[in-house]
Parts: sequence; C-alpha cells; structure tokens
Amino acid sequence: MSDLNKLGLAAARDALRSGETTSKDLTEACLAAIDGAGALNAFVHHTPEIAMEQAAAADKRLSEGDAPAMCGLPIGIKDLFCTKGVPSQAGSRILEGFLPEYESTVSQNLFDAGAVMLGKLNMDEFAMGSSNETSVYGNAVNPWRRGNDDAQLTPGGSSGGSAAAVAADLCLAATGTDTGGSIRQPAAFTGTVGIKPTYGRCSRWGIVAFASSLDQAGPMTKSVRDAAIMLEAMCGHDPKDSTSADLPVPDFEAALTGDVRGKKIGIPKEYRMDGMPEEIEKLWQDGIAMMKDAGAEIVDISLPHTKYALPAYYVIAPAEASSNLARYDGVRYGHRAKLDQGDGITEMYEKTRAEGFGHEVQRRVMIGTYVLSAGFYDAYYNRARKVRTLIKKDFEDVFAQGIDSILTPATPSAAFGLGEMTDADPVQMYLNDVFTVTVNLAGLPGIAVPTGTDRQGLPLGLQLIGRPWEEADLLSSAYALEQAAGFVAKPDKWW
Amino acid sequence: MSIDETTAARVAKLARIKVEPDALPALAQEFNGILGFIEQLSEVDVEGVEPMTSVTPQRLKRRKDEVTDGNQQDKILSNAPDAREGFFAVPKVVE
Repeated sequence: MSDLNKLGLAAARDALRSGETTSKDLTEACLAAIDGAGALNAFVHHTPEIAMEQAAAADKRLSEGDAPAMCGLPIGIKDLFCTKGVPSQAGSRILEGFLPEYESTVSQNLFDAGAVMLGKLNMDEFAMGSSNETSVYGNAVNPWRRGNDDAQLTPGGSSGGSAAAVAADLCLAATGTDTGGSIRQPAAFTGTVGIKPTYGRCSRWGIVAFASSLDQAGPMTKSVRDAAIMLEAMCGHDPKDSTSADLPVPDFEAALTGDVRGKKIGIPKEYRMDGMPEEIEKLWQDGIAMMKDAGAEIVDISLPHTKYALPAYYVIAPAEASSNLARYDGVRYGHRAKLDQGDGITEMYEKTRAEGFGHEVQRRVMIGTYVLSAGFYDAYYNRARKVRTLIKKDFEDVFAQGIDSILTPATPSAAFGLGEMTDADPVQMYLNDVFTVTVNLAGLPGIAVPTGTDRQGLPLGLQLIGRPWEEADLLSSAYALEQAAGFVAKPDKWW
Repeated sequence: MSIDETTAARVAKLARIKVEPDALPALAQEFNGILGFIEQLSEVDVEGVEPMTSVTPQRLKRRKDEVTDGNQQDKILSNAPDAREGFFAVPKVVE
C-alpha cells in the first residue's frame, strides 16, 4: 500500500487487522512525512525511537490476535500532555527542559489501546491563543493556502500543531485540548474533525492546566468515525481527577448510524452575528438544509445570554490561569532566571516569570490576578460565574424543549494569515472563539465538522453541540452532516 | 473603571511578574481594553443567580484519608533548577 500516512484511523486499523500492512510500515510512512514537513513546524519534539518500539510491540499484539482499538495507529500528542521522559513544555519557555516522571492519563489510555506516539505537537503557549502564534517554538503553519497565494496562514489555536499535522497527513490523528475552542477552531481552519467531549469525560490528570473548570481533551482526526474511535480510547473514569465522570463509556463507533430522522436540531438566532461574512452564513444555511434533507426537524431556538459568553470567559479563564500558573516559580521544575547579587526569592519569582512566560500568558495571568484581587472579586469574578450559570441554563432550557443538538458555525471566518492580527487589539483575537466558548462554559460536548470551502478554497466548518454525556448521539449527527457535506478536499502539498 | 500605571504595577507585583517601568503605560492600556470588553457583564441581571461552582452536577467522590503514594524524592527533585542534598534550593529567605 502506498501513502500509508494518508489513511485515517478506521482504514488503517482495518488494514492492520487484515494483515495488508504493519504498524512498522505505517509508522515509517508518518515519520518520513514528518521529516519532510519541517516548514509546517507542527511536530516540535520528535520521538521516532519510541514510535518504532511501540510499532514493533503493536505488530506483535496484532500477530497474536490481540488488537485493541488504537493498536498500531501512529498519532501525534499535543505538547500540553505530560509524556514520561519526553519534553512536555506546553509551548512555553518556562517549561524548557522539563521531562515528566509520569504519563498523562489520556496518553496512557491511548498507549494501553495500542497507539504509537510520533512526537509532540506545537501549540499556543499554555493553550492561550487562537493562532498558534504565542508558541515558544514559533508559528505552526496551516498546510492550506489561499489558492496560489503563498502567504502563510494560521492553522488556528491553541491546538494548531495538531490540526496542521492531521491535515497534512503527518499522522493519522492527534490529541488536542479545548478550553474555549482550541480543538474546534483549528479543526475548522484545517478541514479536519475535532470533538470536545462533555466536561469530565476525559481525565485532566497529567495535562498542563490552563483553566481547570473549562479544560477538556479530545481527538483531532480526518473523519467523524476516526473521532469516535479515538475519543472512546481517550476517555473514562480516572480516580486521579476528581472531576472525571464515573460513567460507562459507550461504544461511540457502533452508535454511528447517521440516522437523524425525527431528531430536533436547534438553530440559535443569537449566533447570527453582526458583520458575519456572507460565506459563513451560506455555509450555515447549507448545513441546515443538509440536516433537513436527512430527515431532522429544524427548530429556531434562542440562547439569550450568548453575547455575554466571551466576556465571562475572559474573566473566568484568566482567573483560573493566574491560580494554576502560580506553580511556575522557578523552584520545582522548568526555567529559573539568573539572579543578580543581592536578589532574594521575590526577585527570583519575578524575573523567572518575566523571562519564562510570553506576552499573552503574562497578560492573562495579570488580568486574572486583577479580577481576583480584593475589591474586584465580586464585581468581576463572582459576576462572571453568575453569568456562566445563566449561559448553562440557556442550554438546559432548549434541551428541556426536546432539542437534541444545536447547529452553528464553528468559526466566524476561514483561516487568517500569520501576522495579520499582530497589531490588532487582543479582543479581536478573542472573537475567534465566539461560537465555541459557550460550550466550554456550559460543559457540553461540541464537534467541528468540515462542510465546505470559501471562495479562496479554504476549508470552513460547522459545529454541532450536544446534550451532556450524549457524545454518541452527537457523533452520529455529525456523521450525518459529514456524509451530506461530502467534504473531501485536501491541501496541495507545497511544503 | 480605568487602570492607571500604579494599578498596573500593583497587579504585576501581585502576579510576581517583573514589568519594567517603561512598559507600564502600554500594559495599562491593554488592561483597559480587555476590561472594557468584560464590562459588558454589568448589563446582565444576575439578581438571585447562584455563581457556578461546578459545571456538571456531580458529587465529589470520597476516599479513605490514607497515604497511597510517596518515597520518590529523586523523581520529585529530578526537574528542579537547583536541588541539593535532597532539597529544593532557593535564595536565602530568612536573615
């Protein structure tokens, strides 16, 4: 078989089980693709030795007839996941040289299911960003371009390296994490599929924390079926994460009937933003028509507090980040600044954090510090948490009306150029998450599915939002959308 | 609500991030931009609304209060920028 790296998880799994190929061949094909894709800057730590060892072990398991879900399938791991003995920097200078002594639960679950790790993937520093431009490793680059224009585009963020690697066929799939849209926005920008499960589905243990009440891991894949396979392998109860749900994990792949007849799909009027590009509006209308044709009932709904989701997020997420990132003090791990004569411990903290954190991370830590400080805690932090309650209630109300899932655009635009937002107000960058952030605030599952392209040939995606814990139903609806849209475009190789 | 340079300096201090004095005006301006955006929250009627503490209505699990881990001093110190004689080392904190 040729071009093994271009396979998805399901096709590769079937080829492995039938003996048409081996994990060794699949892994070598991916490693060769990675070697030839330095220009994308997607893989930032390469682990070919680990990959070949895991591939050999997987081939042995396969030959013995023991082939768990991910057996022998080569994937990339976002740099936010701690991987034992392998650099895990969260895209930050402050974790330079850090080698975890432990393995994150999600990556361990994947390895237990037989997955092969090719290396670690680029991302925005501490997952704070929407363009992968805040990374200490430099920008990850989108394999997609605007027609023949050679301007470099962002793969989105924060899981930009994961999205670029999957879209460019450097791996069969990748892990991502999503705090405000960091799986779904990059998936939409690269024509890939990304699902953020219900808060509590995936253990957060061993994933570098950004905003603990919002962070969730999820798969980034080439198809909805692949997302179902990989999500099932990633999730499950973990006693080491007190917020991890002790619920059975359904067989997501078996639930992919794509039958949406009689399902009620909500269309929230508040997601029709002022100034939304015509192409996004058309994409959305096309998606609505596809679901209707597939037999779903389309229902206009209202989520009245949508407008306040981003401002609430930009209180809650920085507040939690300022607390979580307090641990980077130059004492236990990572970078410590060189000190001058007479510097005490306070100077050590201040210099270490000024050198170790990039600009966006510093800004968010300080905003978080401010909204939690005496005199402002009620006005900002408590108010934002109350608004969050109302945002969640908006969703509960529509689900109580019998809505099964909600269809929205995934992003307000196609991928933009690297550097295009450099001089913009930070708030302009934050608007990338306008359609995704509500889902994190409400703890719901959300999936981005590629359904079309813009005039310049760039991929665009729609988002489906599901009821809590009903990822199986959500994936099946996403499968119906994927089948109807028939999106098969791939970027032309220029790298 | 407007943040001046003094407030920006105080926030930087609280966050233990060194900010050079000449960077404070730009920082204060950035804070004001973001806080201006956040300010929209004051439009929302939150009377009688409980602040969210947990997004999923789950009872936290309980476990026996007993030691289940430990004896890995080497591993714990392996990533320290400065570890000596089994301890993390930091600049002098007492006179």
